[in-house]
Amino acid sequence: MKPQLCEEFAVRFGRYGGLFVPETLVQPLKELAEAYERLMKDGEFHSELNLLLKHFAGRPTPLYFARNLSRELKCRIYLKREDLVHGGAHKLNNTLGQALVAKRMGKTRLIAETGAGQHGVATAIVGANLGFETQVYMGEVDIERQKMNVYRMELMGAEVIPVRSGSRTLKDAINEAMRDWAASFEHTHYLLGTAAGAHPFPSMVRDFQSVIGHEAREQILEAEGRMPRSIVACVGGGSNAMGIFAPFLKDDVRLLAVEAGGRGPGRTDKIADNGASMGYGSDGILHGALTKILQDPFGQILESYSVAAGLDYPGVGPELAYLAETGRVLPKLADDKTALQGFRALSRLEGIIPALESAHAVGYAMQEPEALGDLAIINISGRGDKDLATVMDYENL
Amino acid sequence: MIIYICAGDPSPDATPDLVRRLAAAGADIIELGLPHSDPIADGPTIQAAAQRAIAAGMNTDVYFQMASLADVAVPKVFMGYYNMIYARGLDKFASDCARSGISGMIVPDLPPEEAVPLKDACIRHGVDLIFLAAPNTPPERLKMIVEETSGFTYLVARIGVTGARSDIAADTRGLIARVPGNKPKAVGFGISTPAQAAEVVRAGADAAIVGSVCVDLIARGEIERLEQLVRDMKSAIRAVKLQ
Repeated sequence: MKPQLCEEFAVRFGRYGGLFVPETLVQPLKELAEAYERLMKDGEFHSELNLLLKHFAGRPTPLYFARNLSRELKCRIYLKREDLVHGGAHKLNNTLGQALVAKRMGKTRLIAETGAGQHGVATAIVGANLGFETQVYMGEVDIERQKMNVYRMELMGAEVIPVRSGSRTLKDAINEAMRDWAASFEHTHYLLGTAAGAHPFPSMVRDFQSVIGHEAREQILEAEGRMPRSIVACVGGGSNAMGIFAPFLKDDVRLLAVEAGGRGPGRTDKIADNGASMGYGSDGILHGALTKILQDPFGQILESYSVAAGLDYPGVGPELAYLAETGRVLPKLADDKTALQGFRALSRLEGIIPALESAHAVGYAMQEPEALGDLAIINISGRGDKDLATVMDYENL
Repeated sequence: MIIYICAGDPSPDATPDLVRRLAAAGADIIELGLPHSDPIADGPTIQAAAQRAIAAGMNTDVYFQMASLADVAVPKVFMGYYNMIYARGLDKFASDCARSGISGMIVPDLPPEEAVPLKDACIRHGVDLIFLAAPNTPPERLKMIVEETSGFTYLVARIGVTGARSDIAADTRGLIARVPGNKPKAVGFGISTPAQAAEVVRAGADAAIVGSVCVDLIARGEIERLEQLVRDMKSAIRAVKLQ
């Protein structure tokens, strides 16, 4: 009696993942999944992407031996320098890949969400370079916090659309982009910036970001002749973490995923004091996937909090939720204060100002050096120029 | 004719009386929305109503109390997002529906492929699980959706989100025409006038679903105008059915 429901409707990671979206979006997501799977086997697509990654994005990025930080922590520490990617963060790896997919699908317009503005900037870059009309949804609160990035996007021809619904931050910008896409999918690609959301986004974003891990693997073998004992990356949605972790999943390497501890574990009715969905969250559905989220007992999504806007998200990618549950990835916390210490320390010790997001990974490593073993890689997912005003405000509190 | 309101807007206490007045005005089914913090299928009107309702103290416990108090002869149907159901537990949610006189569930972010566990819970408690089809749903999938749905099939009149629109899209008529089988079909998203309601019924729908315009009238406190609108819609639809 019961018709056979398609078992491969959406990729799942254990019980996490799936495709929990309005019917109107089912078809566009299926078409995207098909196009992406086809193109991942297409040599010409990869040549085109690799040329852009090399000559436009500036890859490969160095794996830099941080000798001063190493001396301080009594452990050999390498930094994967995604802060040197064009645009100032790893985000361009994904936007280049997805924009090429969109082009092959015949789309003419890109929409994106952005929190801190880094993904918005990376989308504006590919929009300008590859000739798309580009619109970026950004919460009103974030527009206020990140004026420079708004201006950068506009300089490159993108339109920034203020989001006034809900908490007026990243989660609402994603809601608004999904609503737009439900009406515009025929000519528009939704360029999601993190390894979260409905299938195929978690897999697609991971694949485009895994260039980070593939390079790092080759580089560490060349430099040290062995695998690192640990890799540390910060986690908001999880794109830089999945990008560097994915090529090491089968190796004997501790994968440390550092979430935003914010002000601590507390919460009120509507607002969590952190962005730690793995640390403090529970199973639920957000933005099209079953994953770990911050929610109230009735299932209302909480607003998250972190000093780093890029980690200020009440969910996490479903693959990370799964890897954390199986124990393959170890979720860790760094609160605002720890991140600020990492920010200052890396600036002072190495002459590298990290993004506040990446500073969570640095701060965690400094706090728990014994967790690193004798050889570690820290993913510096972005540079800190965008955060100077935030840090100055924070120090003045 | 199916009338949607957002439970708890303007306040939880107002909801049972509103449901009674809508039933008295001629609504055939009342769709009772459970407000969610992140309603991705809804336009600005229903988003704003959800925020007001949550601020006024609406939650799932209160929702079922209000649904029980709204004792009307016509069926009541739940509409809401899957995380609210998931958080309560699928079986408990379906059982609470049955106990508070809710006979069906519409979950706009739950396609049939993801709905197997909830469907089992609904069957256990005798509650319909109503699936949605959209203008861009391909024929094979439409067939599957119509087979899987119970109660009726909810046809999304247009791509995009909920909210009043001035016209009925050509692909709405196309969608109504290509639904296979004999299960009842109701059309929603964008219907706000008696003429539009009559038009979808003339095109072959069994019912029109009217939401955002009702929510908007409630937000302005114009309940008498809402009752009049329901009566006008009802007679416009009846006129078509008598033809």
